[in-house]
Amino acid sequence: MYSKTQSAPIGASAPIGESAPIGTAETAPSRRDILKLSAAGALVLGVVLRGGKSFAEEAPGGGKALLAVPGDTPRPNAFVHIAADDTVTVIVKHLDKGQGVTTGLPTIVAEELDADWSQMRFAFAPADAQLYNNLAFGPVQGTGGSTSVANSWNQLRKAGAAARAMLIAAAVDAWKVPATEVTIEKGVLRHKSGKSARFGELAEAAARQPVPMDVHTKDPKDFRLIGTSFHRIDHIEKTDGTARYALDIRRPGMLTAVMQRPERFGATVKSVDDAAARAVKGVVDVVTVPQGVAVLAENTWAARQGRDALKIAWDDSKAEMRSSAEMLADYRSAAQSQGALALKSGDAEQALKSSGKVVKAEFVFPYLAHAPMEPLNCTVEKAADGSYDFYAGSQFQTIEQAVAAATLGVTPDKVRIHTVWAGGSFGRRATPNGDYFAEAAAIMAKTDGKRPVHLVYTREDDIKGGRYRPMFFHAIEAALDPKGGVAAWKHRLVGQSFMKGTAFEPVMFKGGVDSTAVEGVADMPYAVPNLLVDWHDAPSPVSTLWWRSVGHSHTAQAVEVMIDDLAHAAGQDPVAFRIAMLKDHPRHVGVLKLAAEKAGFGETLPAGRGRGIAVHESFNTFVAMVADVTVKGTAVKVDRLVIAVDCGIAINPDIIRAQMSGGAGYGLGAALRNKITFDKGVVEQANFDSYEPLRMSDMPVVEVHIVPSQEPPTGVGEPGVPPVAPAVSNAVFAATGKRLRSLPFDFDSLGNA
Amino acid sequence: MISLKINGSQHDLDVDADMPLLWAIRDVLNMTGTKYGCGIAQCGACTVHLDGQPVRSCQTQVGDAAGHEITTIEGVGGKVAKAVQAAWQDLDVVQCGYCQSGQIMSAIGLLSQTPKPTDADIESAMDGNVCRCATYPRIRAAIHDAAAKLA
Repeated sequence: MYSKTQSAPIGASAPIGESAPIGTAETAPSRRDILKLSAAGALVLGVVLRGGKSFAEEAPGGGKALLAVPGDTPRPNAFVHIAADDTVTVIVKHLDKGQGVTTGLPTIVAEELDADWSQMRFAFAPADAQLYNNLAFGPVQGTGGSTSVANSWNQLRKAGAAARAMLIAAAVDAWKVPATEVTIEKGVLRHKSGKSARFGELAEAAARQPVPMDVHTKDPKDFRLIGTSFHRIDHIEKTDGTARYALDIRRPGMLTAVMQRPERFGATVKSVDDAAARAVKGVVDVVTVPQGVAVLAENTWAARQGRDALKIAWDDSKAEMRSSAEMLADYRSAAQSQGALALKSGDAEQALKSSGKVVKAEFVFPYLAHAPMEPLNCTVEKAADGSYDFYAGSQFQTIEQAVAAATLGVTPDKVRIHTVWAGGSFGRRATPNGDYFAEAAAIMAKTDGKRPVHLVYTREDDIKGGRYRPMFFHAIEAALDPKGGVAAWKHRLVGQSFMKGTAFEPVMFKGGVDSTAVEGVADMPYAVPNLLVDWHDAPSPVSTLWWRSVGHSHTAQAVEVMIDDLAHAAGQDPVAFRIAMLKDHPRHVGVLKLAAEKAGFGETLPAGRGRGIAVHESFNTFVAMVADVTVKGTAVKVDRLVIAVDCGIAINPDIIRAQMSGGAGYGLGAALRNKITFDKGVVEQANFDSYEPLRMSDMPVVEVHIVPSQEPPTGVGEPGVPPVAPAVSNAVFAATGKRLRSLPFDFDSLGNA
Repeated sequence: MISLKINGSQHDLDVDADMPLLWAIRDVLNMTGTKYGCGIAQCGACTVHLDGQPVRSCQTQVGDAAGHEITTIEGVGGKVAKAVQAAWQDLDVVQCGYCQSGQIMSAIGLLSQTPKPTDADIESAMDGNVCRCATYPRIRAAIHDAAAKLA
């Protein structure tokens, strides 16, 4: 119904912010929510969030504040730009790496404005932590934790509603009619007298109107766009080859840099013989930086060949030298003693001794690479005035700006970041130390600065380059309550913290425990009277990071397979068993029942087939999945996934379905066969042959059902991942009576007697 | 100097004959619609057509591509290509979109050879094209959709 929309050209992503002098508010900021910003011939509106107001206050139930918002002077955020040509450009402060925020965020504005979808455009925001911070992260601009829609919801509704009110005021002035008689539909203002005007015709007059002191956002029952499905804003440019990703950036005179990093994490360069590398046709320079040795060349191929010709001696004295089996042995050894206490309610130790039936289980999870389709890369160019332009699929602009500035010896305002399309991320592009920006900046700092530098990762660099989902070991003991339910649950986790030592540590550590390590366990929804959760850090030079759904990527498997085990031990139906322990969690129950009903859970299946269920909340979104599998010997095919999701108000149901299906596919691929392993500290995988992603023939049929809701919208990028592995594991158990606990699944074990 | 015919135009390149076609297209000619994903023919992001047949440009040397008609995502045209791109747009297949040039080039190749593909035909033609966003169900549906519209 709404078709053929196109985003603003990528080149326009910064100019929108630049042409509108966004820092110059015309009115005192402290009294108003909405500010008018000067821009010739156009209406530009921002929203002020008063200093000290946290995201939780701004969007109740919408998220958890990662960092406190300082009580500094509020400044306007320029979000809406209505131009004389009728286009409405929404400044998107988040990275779109496929999850669809460049559609979702403009939808919120278009809804409040009563714009036509075809007139909507977007531009990625410039790096500016004051204007474009993530309200869930405090004073940091960044994308993650499935927060983009949730933290922008009220901000953009207000901006859109204020722009609407000012357009109406302009029409009232021009037409001399009461405001109550002016209507707006699909981008056209009308009066019953027959007068009408498009947004562009009134933009300049609207900009002269006083900004409303307060604005009224729509009652959800009046939504016209929200809740309906229409084309993504990027559906054309991403199908004709014109979408420009970071790897497609071409600057005049640009050199491509490919880097040799140490093969062991923690190693450093001892000495370099670059004579053969420099002899390669097209190689221009070789520089050593703290992270490794970079070959700069006229093109990627030459840079790669030059890199391959480097002879480097490494200092392994501080490097990780263990093999995966040794690491696991260390984890098991650590699990013999109690770790830092994440949660203690009741007395699980005592209850385990005095209860009847006890179930014990261990789960092992491997390191995982994110492996987005577009490998990491970043272009840096020095301007005549000594400042720098960075082009990247930037996900943590504030951190990357600071890191690049520090590396280049300039102040952060001398670093401009141009955010462009990212070919996936799954967490990898957001790092607490701005890793690949720091590398690009370090390489630039070693050159004369006359030629732009494009640092690119090869796929091998990506797979071997770390920042992995940490390896984890879980040991669980749980006891059934003879009267029903679970009497006690003791859960010990061992795994590396990637928050320790970062700026996030003060916020993310609670009582000595990294909350991202135990999320999904320590906050499990099931009513267990005696619960004990503790965690051991497992430090290593191997670099680790959040991976789509973070801690939930392993805790959902442990908890939901264990619950299934306990239901089986109790002789109860897995759905009924869960619901009995979810009395205070209606949204869990809602998705559980919906998925079970739509999938026909409980039906008798032919031999060799199985149906399994799992439910998990992550990032305030509730997802249940039912998996159907066919097992023939040791071959397992996942036939179908039925997914139910409750993410509050469904802004774009089609994108929600896409994210649920895609998240399930991402999680399934890892569960089927992905692992990063070490041999004496060296990663054993290198590319998509040894770390093979999910392929079309692995992908099940997927159905997605959305629970109708009036709750504030929550994220959908990550929550589709956690339930898929346990749903499949529980389905395999239903088919075979055998438990697949650890990931990736050991299907060969199904052949054992 | 190697001469390549790409999207109907002749280009003279000062590169070695063993340079992969992918890098000649992307880095020398700056046509960036064709993507780098793995460099070892395991993901299909770099798929182009050589005389109408899908090939992985990361494993095709420029010396071997000379003298053939090379088509990239920027240059595809004709009934099948238009139907495939329209189906991709109608069904909103894309998420990050990075692999989709290669997916579309493979799908055009499939439908040019097999106008009414079965699910098994689609899997066999498309299993070499990786999508980390797992848009596979929509890719499959879009191919069926394009086939129906072309029939």
